[in-house]
Amino acid sequence: MTLTPLLELRDLRKTYRLPRGRVLRAVDGLSLRVLPGETLGLVGESGCGKSTLGRCMLRLADPSSGQILFEGRDITTLPERRLRALRPRMQMVFQDSSAALNPRRRIGDLLAEPLRVHPAPDGRRRPASVIAARLSELMDLVGLPVQALERYPHEFSGGQRQRINIARALALTPRLVVADEPVSALDVSVQAQIVNLFADLRRELGLTYVFIAHDLAVVRQISSRVAVMYLGAIVELGETDGVLHHPAHPYTTALTAAVPRAVVGHPHAPVLRGDAPSPTAPRTGCRFHARCPQAQARCAQEEPALHTLRPGHAVACHFPLPPGP
Amino acid sequence: MVALGVLALMALASLLAPLYAHDVAHTDPFASNVAGTIMLDGREVDIMQPNDNPLHLGLSPIGPTWRAAYLLGADSQGRDVAARLLYGGRNSLLIAAGAAVLCLLLAGVAGIAAGFLGGVVDTLLSRLMDIMWAVPVYLFAISLSIVMVSQSVRLGPFVLHADSLLIPVFIIALVYVPYAARPIRGRVLALRQAEFVTAARGLGVPVWRIMLRDILPNLATTLVMLGPLVMALALLAESALSFLSLGVQAPQASWGTIIQDGEGLIYTRPMVAIAPGLAIVIVVLALNILGDGLRDALDVRDSGRRAS
Repeated sequence: MTLTPLLELRDLRKTYRLPRGRVLRAVDGLSLRVLPGETLGLVGESGCGKSTLGRCMLRLADPSSGQILFEGRDITTLPERRLRALRPRMQMVFQDSSAALNPRRRIGDLLAEPLRVHPAPDGRRRPASVIAARLSELMDLVGLPVQALERYPHEFSGGQRQRINIARALALTPRLVVADEPVSALDVSVQAQIVNLFADLRRELGLTYVFIAHDLAVVRQISSRVAVMYLGAIVELGETDGVLHHPAHPYTTALTAAVPRAVVGHPHAPVLRGDAPSPTAPRTGCRFHARCPQAQARCAQEEPALHTLRPGHAVACHFPLPPGP
Repeated sequence: MVALGVLALMALASLLAPLYAHDVAHTDPFASNVAGTIMLDGREVDIMQPNDNPLHLGLSPIGPTWRAAYLLGADSQGRDVAARLLYGGRNSLLIAAGAAVLCLLLAGVAGIAAGFLGGVVDTLLSRLMDIMWAVPVYLFAISLSIVMVSQSVRLGPFVLHADSLLIPVFIIALVYVPYAARPIRGRVLALRQAEFVTAARGLGVPVWRIMLRDILPNLATTLVMLGPLVMALALLAESALSFLSLGVQAPQASWGTIIQDGEGLIYTRPMVAIAPGLAIVIVVLALNILGDGLRDALDVRDSGRRAS
């Protein structure tokens, strides 16, 4: 496809300086394209840099180097003032639905905030009547009663609060929504509802998602493509079925094997031992070689680049696994 | 809430000072009355009485009569101490409350700017606070007062005369700004990390609006908690300045100036100094208890909210 990517990251890095001269590389030279209309699932274990990456995408965190292109335009160093004009088109949904809502403001006030600070498409301020109409529209969209507008965030359950967060993100009809683990803090039964809501909204509003999660089942349900992240970089990227059913990277294999299965007498595939190495430790070679079951001498020396294995499937491994049956 | 009641009572009594002076004590608390007399048990008694020494040298003001007129006795100028105590309470409480409000206002602006904007703004403001806090509070206040009281302040069209009550209000507010700004800045630093602030940035809300609409409402508990504590400190500072003739200027009274009046009479008529001293102790105690109570009450509700 030669479609202009909605969002493109080029060799993005985000490092944090820690005390005693240590450097934490949260995002470590990562390139990625998000095409209009797709849902890109971003998976990886805790601490691999998923959330930092999500925040960098929307310039809620400033990258240390690299480029961010939104709608083909470089926004890496755009000052906040200019960036504000783009904010209506790119929105974020956070993991902690309660922390993301100011506890001292009513839902109606919270939802109206983006409509108040951004002018309408005709360049004028939105009158109160327009905002009120939009608020009830939004509540309808996410399946909450209009009465909820009068209440405070702590009066709602986690799932309802996440609906409110989604409504707020959609208030300005964005093109791109980055959802940072939007369901991982919710009960399993509620998770499904919220994931379905995301899917419905994408269909209705033609949204593009970057869906960050550590739960493969959730990612499988909603994503058209999946990027697997390990220690700040993408190790495998491709269409959901290809990546999750025929993983080429040993790390993806381990991830899929770690999903609990309700099959009696089916022994688990060997799951990784140990923790991910510290993102502050200096590295040589493949970032995964220390834990990789099939690491060889070359893996400790040379870092594998993300290369295309077959159409729609790329992997960063010297010895990718053959597609299974 | 006894503390709140005590405070309300003190404030009410002070507000009713003119009523007491005119209708109960029948006296002018600002006019010297050294030659005056009052009726006591049907006898006319001099307000200034000969001293109780063998030669009856010198005069002392009348002591507490425990009656409507000169309830707590007279000061060295023959003025009714009880009436002056009430008038003094007006000034002391007004200055303390005004200074507390102004102090929290300044500290709020400084704390929010330093905590939220960070970087150079934070460094500059924090170091300025450090420098101010490094100077002993009373020394700082006294130095400022000496300058401002001796030559009235002119800021363009605004002129503060040497006897203006705004001078102590301003000075006391200023010297306690670091005391209040630090906890506010700390709270703002924590709030800045809150996800709802990131969310607001993500929505494209301008920085000033985030400070006003997202940060400020969440500072309410901190401000409410600090209010009584700063007012208690301000009351003490006001008394100290007035005692040194650097706060409220004669013929105006404040609890500090009355203590000063009583200083010379401390061996013969201790009530002149004890009464305003007691008033200060009671109010400061009540304010501190109120502050502690507010802190406990608000903390509990806060943690309960977070847990739910």
